[in-house]
Amino acid sequence: MILLRLVQTFLASIGRSTLGLLAAAGRVAIFTGSTLSHFARPPFYGREFARQLLSLGYFSLPVVGLTALFTGAALALQIHAGGARFNAATVVPSIVAIGMVRELGPVLGGLMVAGRVSSSIAAELGTMRVTEQIDALTTLSTDPLKYLVAPRVLAATIAMPVLVLIGDIIGVMGGFLVGINRLGFEPGAYIRNTLDFLVPLDVVSGLVKAAVFGFLLALMGCYHGYHSGRGAQGVGRATTNAVVSASVLILAANYALTEAFF
Amino acid sequence: MELPAKIALRGVRKAFGENRVLEGVDLSVATGESLVIIGGSGTGKSVTLKCILGIVEPDAGRIEIDGVPVEHIDRRAFLRQFGMLFQGGALFDSLTVWQNVAFRLQQARKPLGRRDARALAVAKLRRVGLGAEVADLYPSELSGGMQKRVGLARAIATDPGVIFFDEPTAGLDPIMAGVINELIRELVTEMGATAVTITHDMRTVETVADRVAMLHGGVVRWEGPVGAVEESRDPYLDQFVHGRADGPIAAIR
Repeated sequence: MILLRLVQTFLASIGRSTLGLLAAAGRVAIFTGSTLSHFARPPFYGREFARQLLSLGYFSLPVVGLTALFTGAALALQIHAGGARFNAATVVPSIVAIGMVRELGPVLGGLMVAGRVSSSIAAELGTMRVTEQIDALTTLSTDPLKYLVAPRVLAATIAMPVLVLIGDIIGVMGGFLVGINRLGFEPGAYIRNTLDFLVPLDVVSGLVKAAVFGFLLALMGCYHGYHSGRGAQGVGRATTNAVVSASVLILAANYALTEAFF
Repeated sequence: MELPAKIALRGVRKAFGENRVLEGVDLSVATGESLVIIGGSGTGKSVTLKCILGIVEPDAGRIEIDGVPVEHIDRRAFLRQFGMLFQGGALFDSLTVWQNVAFRLQQARKPLGRRDARALAVAKLRRVGLGAEVADLYPSELSGGMQKRVGLARAIATDPGVIFFDEPTAGLDPIMAGVINELIRELVTEMGATAVTITHDMRTVETVADRVAMLHGGVVRWEGPVGAVEESRDPYLDQFVHGRADGPIAAIR
């Protein structure tokens, strides 16, 4: 009897979690649909969009640049050390370039920007929710989704590929610096080797990934901030949830996109 | 023929999960009337206002504006005739004071130019007792009383026909609370606006109200002209007005 009750409780908790997960997925889907519909319907808040482009894009450049620089440099050392076991140390330039452009540039850039941007969006919108600024927007005949969410999501979707492209160049540069200063590569040969093995699909796939990651990280920041609970604890939880869900979605989307491209 | 009420609520119900906040609110406000809703914390005063504004969707009941159900009214046109002063001001931190006041004018379908919008904002700020020198400050640089005044200026920026005041004196010292109460009464009389104020503050009731409604237990427990409050024999109203710990309203809710 006790065993039966334990099994029932266990199954009920699984059921509740599943229902909760499905309900959350439904809410996110509706939120995404509403946000996307605002991309096409006027009025458009050009000034808000430009402000977000600056804040989410331009000011993320140092984070993305430094991440790419050190990743490219470390990658060159690793590949050289690993490649030396098979007498294949000369593949460093091409593998650094392909690794950065296809995978590490967009994924690490996405995760770093998620940490910076998703959290700041969630905290900002969460505070606006708690202090009734979002309600105030409604009473001032302004749709909060159109004014707050759509410009942020659109700005992040457009800014991320540009950030990642710059990050890719800096990452390859990191590998180049280590290659010529520490691993004894000749500069001209390093650059030739890099360019010879890169194909357009490598770059395009990385930039498409970056756009998708930008969309996801801004969407998660907006969703959790917009639905923030009350008080400092509610805003704190929204911020944490935004970063965690954005990071997990970026990694999952990265796998799906890699499957689709290659 | 009698004109329909400016705002009418019929059997409005709203629950948040297990918590049934409104259990059939019936209330009407005549055009040009100043209604003050009183009641303890958590009795659904703010929820009532948010239901009227469409920020919260009622579970049941009808809300009418000028006799027309709100669902038959264009939402933008409906909101254009409302102004609202929020409890904490709800000023936008990222915008300057004048941009806050002129927000609606600049976001309209035919937006007002920057210079005209600023001039109008400064005029509204002056109307609530603030000088042009605060126009370019950010809300965080203002005191609580000044933020309330800016919120008030924003609420009246487009000369709305209906203004809602949510706890207008909360968090203010008695002198500043008196000033804000007087200002609200002056503005409502001067603009001929219909006003709904929610408050715990009996001084606000005395200064601002033409009529008073008391919410308790999710329904309107008592309503009548402001002059009848003191004479009322209703034990709930009596306990609330005189702030007694003993009575039918539980002190711990």
